[in-house]
Amino acid sequence: MTDLGPLIPRDRAMHPPAYDVDYKTTIARSPNLPLLSLESTPSEETGPRFGHGILGALDNNLIYNWTKGAAPAVGERVLMHGRVLDENGRAVPNTLIEIWQANAGGRYRHIKDTYLAPLDPNFGGCGRTISDAEGRYQFLTIRPGAYPWPNRGNEWRPMHIHISVFGHSFGQRLITQMYFEGDPLIDRCPIAATIKSRSQLDRLVAPLDMSHARPLDFLAYKFDIVLRGRRQTMFENKLEGM
Amino acid sequence: MVQKLDTLPETPSQTAGPYVHIGTIPTFAGLAGIYPEDLGLSPIADGAKGEIITITGSVFDGTGWALRDAMLESWQADAQGRWPGSDGADPKVGGFCRFAADKDSGEFVLRTVKPGATKGRGGTTQSPHIALWIVARGINIGLQTRLYFDDEDNAADPVLGKIELRPRVDTLIAKKTGPGAYRFDIRLQGAGETVFFDM
Repeated sequence: MTDLGPLIPRDRAMHPPAYDVDYKTTIARSPNLPLLSLESTPSEETGPRFGHGILGALDNNLIYNWTKGAAPAVGERVLMHGRVLDENGRAVPNTLIEIWQANAGGRYRHIKDTYLAPLDPNFGGCGRTISDAEGRYQFLTIRPGAYPWPNRGNEWRPMHIHISVFGHSFGQRLITQMYFEGDPLIDRCPIAATIKSRSQLDRLVAPLDMSHARPLDFLAYKFDIVLRGRRQTMFENKLEGM
Repeated sequence: MVQKLDTLPETPSQTAGPYVHIGTIPTFAGLAGIYPEDLGLSPIADGAKGEIITITGSVFDGTGWALRDAMLESWQADAQGRWPGSDGADPKVGGFCRFAADKDSGEFVLRTVKPGATKGRGGTTQSPHIALWIVARGINIGLQTRLYFDDEDNAADPVLGKIELRPRVDTLIAKKTGPGAYRFDIRLQGAGETVFFDM
């Protein structure tokens, strides 16, 4: 196997700490002892690959994928699009991106969600796609509703879409959330606030992108995702093409 | 002003939340049929070469309660220690699996082929192991760990060798409970806290 170099170590200061007293569930679920930091090995530098063969025609269309095209979901129609890049600024092509979200009323289609807002019979709430040769991806969906959750006295999640990305190696694995520009609940959310750097949190807030909005059809929001890159210098063991 | 770096910072993580199953294993969440098949149902296909094993365990929080909402992913080599997709690898081993803690008992089960030893960095040999990634509500960034086997020789493994607090090595070793059966519990904090990696 060609050695592409080790993964660039994670800058943990950019990520939320495991323990955050304002997000109460972290208190009993955060490791107390330090992580063991080591250079990556082939176990982290390889990973599963998924081909376009797994995708159905409507997999990235959450407005229609639950009803197989029979009836559209209720809600404000939104295109979510962007690119997957790595820390070196290179496109990450052919990588699987999965999303999941609440419906327009803020209710998830999940056996454990019992919120008052009704399920939409035409909305499932998940989608998936594979990035193209330039790392681009798109989903057509509806704007998810904000919803309350038990934490402190009166807590509401801002509108958000959960995103899972694979990259090309198991050590690049990332799950995050996309927020929507202008949502006043972002600044009140203890989960958003687990990210201690404002500039890093801002990177999870998708701007309204009228250049991709279609008149009389849908609005658009742009969300780029950056995964870990790999260190390639002349001083690594074996370089691709050298 | 110094020169500007042209690298990009990694996108920050956020918790996968309690409903991670909707996006990753929709059948578990109650969305059967949205895809023909959930991704990563099994790391092996029929006919995979090697010993078929079953690993059972739970993810415990700091109070000793088994999480009911954890979602785990595994990645491993085939029985010969070859990574799926590489030259000569067993085509029946996909190597990737997704599995969740049971919503009532909190127990997970991984059925797979026992991996072989693999090459590490710098000419080292890694003992047979399965890489694991754990997400759940209250976990702000996915936790990386590894599962080794108590019936393998782990003495020279280069990663286990880096664990300075030697009693903690035991937290990464699955215990054989019968023919082809192992137990592996993950403890997020407190006594016997599992070693988690930053690799």
